[in-house]
Amino acid sequence: MNYRMVGKFIGKILMVEAVFMIPSLFLALWDGEPEVVRAFAFSMAITLVLSLFLSYWGRSSQNKFYAKEGLACVGLSWIVMSLVGCLPFWFSGAIPNFVDAFFEIVSGFTTTGASIMPYVEGVSRGILYWRSFSHWLGGMGVLVFLLAISSVGGTDNGFTMHLLRAESPGPNVGKLVPKMKQTASILYRLYIVLTIVNVIFLLLGGMSLFEAICTAFGTAGTGGFGIRNDSIAGYSPYIQNVCTVFMLLFGVNFSCYYLLIIRQFKSVLKDEELRLYLGIVAGSILLITLNLKGFYSTLGETVRHAAFQVATIVTTTGFATVDFDLWPGFSKAILLMLMIIGASAGSTGGGFKCGRVLLVIKSLRRSVHQVVRPKHVEVVRVNGEPVDEKVLQSTNAYLAAYCLIIACSFLLVSVDGHSITTNLSAVLACFNNIGPGFELVGPTCNYAAYSTFSKLVLILDMLAGRLEIFPVLILFSRTTWRRR
Amino acid sequence: MKIIIAGEGKMGATLTRQLSAEGNDLTLIDSNPKVLESSEERYDIMVVQGNCVAMDVLLKAGVKEADLLIAVAGADEVNLLCCMTAHGINPKLHTIARIRNPEYANQIYDLRSTYCLSMAVNPEKQAGKEIARLLKYPGFLKRDTFAKGRVEIVELRVDEKSKLCDAALAEIHSIVKCKILVCAVLRDGTSVIPDGNFVLRSGDRIFVTASPDELALLLKNLGIITHKVKNVLLCGGGRVSIYLAKELMGSGMNVKIIEQDPDRCLQYAKMLPGIDIFTGDVSSQYTLESQGLNDCDAVVTLTGLDELNMVVSLYAARAGVPQVITKLGRLDNATILGNVALGSVVSPKELCCNIILRYVRAMQNQEGAALSIHAIADGQAEAIEFQVEESALHCREPLKNVRLRNGVRMACITKGSRLEIPNGNSFFDKGDRVIVVTDRGKQVYQFNDIFQ
Repeated sequence: MNYRMVGKFIGKILMVEAVFMIPSLFLALWDGEPEVVRAFAFSMAITLVLSLFLSYWGRSSQNKFYAKEGLACVGLSWIVMSLVGCLPFWFSGAIPNFVDAFFEIVSGFTTTGASIMPYVEGVSRGILYWRSFSHWLGGMGVLVFLLAISSVGGTDNGFTMHLLRAESPGPNVGKLVPKMKQTASILYRLYIVLTIVNVIFLLLGGMSLFEAICTAFGTAGTGGFGIRNDSIAGYSPYIQNVCTVFMLLFGVNFSCYYLLIIRQFKSVLKDEELRLYLGIVAGSILLITLNLKGFYSTLGETVRHAAFQVATIVTTTGFATVDFDLWPGFSKAILLMLMIIGASAGSTGGGFKCGRVLLVIKSLRRSVHQVVRPKHVEVVRVNGEPVDEKVLQSTNAYLAAYCLIIACSFLLVSVDGHSITTNLSAVLACFNNIGPGFELVGPTCNYAAYSTFSKLVLILDMLAGRLEIFPVLILFSRTTWRRR
Repeated sequence: MKIIIAGEGKMGATLTRQLSAEGNDLTLIDSNPKVLESSEERYDIMVVQGNCVAMDVLLKAGVKEADLLIAVAGADEVNLLCCMTAHGINPKLHTIARIRNPEYANQIYDLRSTYCLSMAVNPEKQAGKEIARLLKYPGFLKRDTFAKGRVEIVELRVDEKSKLCDAALAEIHSIVKCKILVCAVLRDGTSVIPDGNFVLRSGDRIFVTASPDELALLLKNLGIITHKVKNVLLCGGGRVSIYLAKELMGSGMNVKIIEQDPDRCLQYAKMLPGIDIFTGDVSSQYTLESQGLNDCDAVVTLTGLDELNMVVSLYAARAGVPQVITKLGRLDNATILGNVALGSVVSPKELCCNIILRYVRAMQNQEGAALSIHAIADGQAEAIEFQVEESALHCREPLKNVRLRNGVRMACITKGSRLEIPNGNSFFDKGDRVIVVTDRGKQVYQFNDIFQ
């Protein structure tokens, strides 16, 4: 383990974070809130000092960076980033308890959107902006941002591939163009353009600029922190529809957008993951609309609510326009399934990912065939291309780890004595980075009811879910910390 | 620049390292996913798995937008077909193919346009030429020529008995009594660009700039006795041996080749009139001694196994052969060799990579780009030759007032036919040729890059 190099990296990330706190600081200055200004100034100072210290400590590190360092670097930097990211909440008194503040910012960075704040309307705008911005930064990933703006690691920098792999979701992450820096900057440019378009559409719906930006951050990162107590429910149907569409757009694999730009329309149309994702969305909306017959006054309203809820859950955003906890059992069951499936690989969404569902189904089908015809040789194909056996193996391993972590967290969280539905949905909602679950953690409630211990478990779940388990899991392995 | 490398073997890997370090957009094609994976882990590149001749694979690798294709797959035919296919898809593409079969050697040059080749490289032929040059002018471990042969950078080993051992570079002139400059030192496997206070130790390999005349004087003053090579023993008969034997044919040297395979020996005997060919296993001491290793003036080890070459070279050096030349396929592990007395080391792959790198830099064709580039000190340093152009900074300023970057040393200035080893009062002017020595990774592409 190359500690100094990892330290240098985390130092750079903290620097980026400190810079991103500036808008909140100015917002607080503008609003004339000395408490919040002080909170941000202190947080920035601490972040900067820590960053400079780590950069100084790691200044003479060797560029020996391998898979282990890459994974550990991502896992550690997210934890450190969250630890300093929660300081503004804590210092300003918006969230008096440190663990609560930590929970809130982890929920932000991992784009979960699970909140412990019961009322957000009275909170300072600087704090709200930072809370929503954490979604945006966490959505595409802070390391990817770092890769986009700076040439990390000098000449032999193939190791950046490990960073991209560890932070970008999906079973088979690859570069779009030969250079890592360009790949990262293409991703971020797409991300920024889509976010700006989203803001414009929200502004057209009559939202104030601040609200539009914060809502767009929440949508883009598929996070789900609202800036009103009732999330999106109070806005006009137009804005709700805009949110639905953009949530779904941000749940699409970003390489599809890149293919659109380089005019490879055919390969986008034939993309099996995209088809599965859209199919799941369309099917779920249809089924829920049928199931909700008579629930709302008009068919249009039913479809709007069904579509919004499906989009918010499948992309793991977590906004809400209605209390879906009141819906009939079948609709809730569909939403629960969507929670697990999640968005596409390579998007900002969480969950198990459509791409993996595709692979699991296909390899399961192959296994069934092999029972019937043991000597038949069959290759799993996605988009007509054979899939490497290694990818299949790691997908199956991921499925196992996924189930195991959910089971363990469920057990640990259950100690608090809430109902099974509450606990299970809380774990699923955190681990898949959604936010709201059912019953006590439903769309109208929040996570304040849980004990400190459960919150810590859920924090780990959120991180593990966002970073796709392994970068977090290896932090608990002894081999990681050995010198080599 | 967008470059595609087809075939990620030893040479492909070296090119990948160099070209990606220089900031090119690289895409690799190979049929073996494991090789690709390990390259992808080490460098910032993209990989495509498949047959590099297949059109869809080439398209996937982005041949339409690429500027250069380098085909270095195992088979010559594959390389040719690869270049022809790629050129068919993108007529603006530059193509370089590695062609190593001696039977094709002549037609490649004549039929370049038919094969759609911008350049063909032949590592073994290049190595043969290089070794022949070392044999014709003995005394140094390696020599590179610059400025149309007016300047050379040569490699010398400092051993305990040498007059240079434990001497500081500032006082070196009083020892050798000629105008030379030590521009790089390889110590314990790492290269150093030294200053005047640097003290040489035994085991160092030093790289010296001088004109050819001064070099003869240097050898004489250092007490290194050189006599003309008459008897050469080539251990192992590969392609390099054939090219080398052909180079040496008219030189009046007695060339002996020992090769294990009797069929091959027969084939060579037909191909190379006037060269003595023996069947035998060079890994046995008896064979070597019975072929008169002890009486040879030079031994060249050319088998396909690096380990065997090293062992045979060590044995020859121990037996007192004045000049030993070792061929090594891979230099990446050269740090292990350290101070082992292998004599001159020649790597066909490295020679060819240098040629290709030169081509790539010439393609970039910026103003002030390098005229030639030679990798020295096991590839850890580079000697780069520049023509001083209009845009050059610090013209006519004494060098003591000019601040060069760390790890960059000006080794030589040639003004017309006059050669100058620079000191603090030297200066360069437009039209001069300047040779600078830099650490690898300093990324000096233009002349002005050498200044701070």
